[in-house]
Amino acid sequence: MVSSRMIEAAVGMFLCVGVAAIFVLTLQASSMNRVPSKEIYTVRARFENVGSLRVGAPVAVAGVTIGRVTDITLDKKMFEGVVSMTLGKDFGELPKDSNASVLTRGLLGEQYIGITPGGLEEPLRDGDEIQLTQPAVVLEDLIGKFLYNAGTSQDHQQ
Amino acid sequence: MIFWKYNLMQQFMDLFAALGRAVLFLFHALLLMGAALLRPRLVIKQIYSIGVMSLLIIILSGGFVGAVLAFQGYETMVDFGATDALGIMVALALLRELGPVVGALLFAGRAGSALSAEIGLMRATEQLSAMEMMAVDPMARVIAPRLLGGMLAMPLLAAIFNVVGIYGGYLIGVEVLGVDRGSFWSQIQHGVEWGKDIGNSLIKSFIFGVVVTWIAVYNGYTAEPSPEGVGRATTLTVVLSSVIVLALDFVLTAIMFGG
Repeated sequence: MVSSRMIEAAVGMFLCVGVAAIFVLTLQASSMNRVPSKEIYTVRARFENVGSLRVGAPVAVAGVTIGRVTDITLDKKMFEGVVSMTLGKDFGELPKDSNASVLTRGLLGEQYIGITPGGLEEPLRDGDEIQLTQPAVVLEDLIGKFLYNAGTSQDHQQ
Repeated sequence: MIFWKYNLMQQFMDLFAALGRAVLFLFHALLLMGAALLRPRLVIKQIYSIGVMSLLIIILSGGFVGAVLAFQGYETMVDFGATDALGIMVALALLRELGPVVGALLFAGRAGSALSAEIGLMRATEQLSAMEMMAVDPMARVIAPRLLGGMLAMPLLAAIFNVVGIYGGYLIGVEVLGVDRGSFWSQIQHGVEWGKDIGNSLIKSFIFGVVVTWIAVYNGYTAEPSPEGVGRATTLTVVLSSVIVLALDFVLTAIMFGG
């Protein structure tokens, strides 16, 4: 029979290991810890088509994540997707005429927002809207266009 | 004909009565949780025999399950050039299903059967009656600490199972099969959501912990006071809790991920 002090120590260690396991899952295996910075500002952008963009998707400049998508809603008048995103202030100020587009990581990867900085002096501020946007590329449209072009070029050859 | 009908009715009534007794038993034990908390020694001892003693089987099984998942996932994904997604496949399969479910099945086999046999033997050797004679409530002294111990131990065991499983998958996927280490982890971090995946995993395993421990202590408590009775109670515990865990998992998955 194990002494009661040993039992208590074993139970204490078990609880620690269990809680540590939950922490490992939280920190190592989920995206909750990766808030890019403490000071953040929010901007919006309208897209003709947001594709399969999800809340929590990264916002990147030159491939570096500087923020996350926080909300995706539909503009009821214009029927455009309105994407809100929070960006970290310590990544500098983006020009007001920056361009936002919905991009895909790899051929079939997850979608994210890529921002190409513009050239104006005036920066984007909290609550601003990015005016220049490019919608998500829909793979079916692309294939459709490709097939159409292939068909017409064959006609020319004949 | 009339006899047959009567018999069928009687059997249904017996079934419902048994179910009702089990539910009342659970409520009774839950009401005595506060009393159990006032005696932390008893609860700690139960967490030791239920949780700590199950650690080895949980860690071993978790590692092997994760490793096998990585092997099988790799076999299928390599044809599509999608082996970068191996990490997220292993992590989501473990978190959403295998951690709570296989954890609960092992828990039923390791801890549930022991609980049933222990309490059944207490019943058979009239220790429970002796307690009642001494004005000690066996529900408060024997059942409530065990139920509490099972409820606390199961989510922790499932979390440990998940972590060991993910590292088992990492070992096979990255070290043996040569999946890129960076994409293994970044796909996991990208795809796993705290509330949806980790939170639901903990909720699932907590519910399974309650159900398995409940079935185990109830079967032990109502066991026939004979060697065959204790044996039957132990078997019934493992069979019933395995089936109920799998059926309940279907319902919980439909609620959590279906809509």
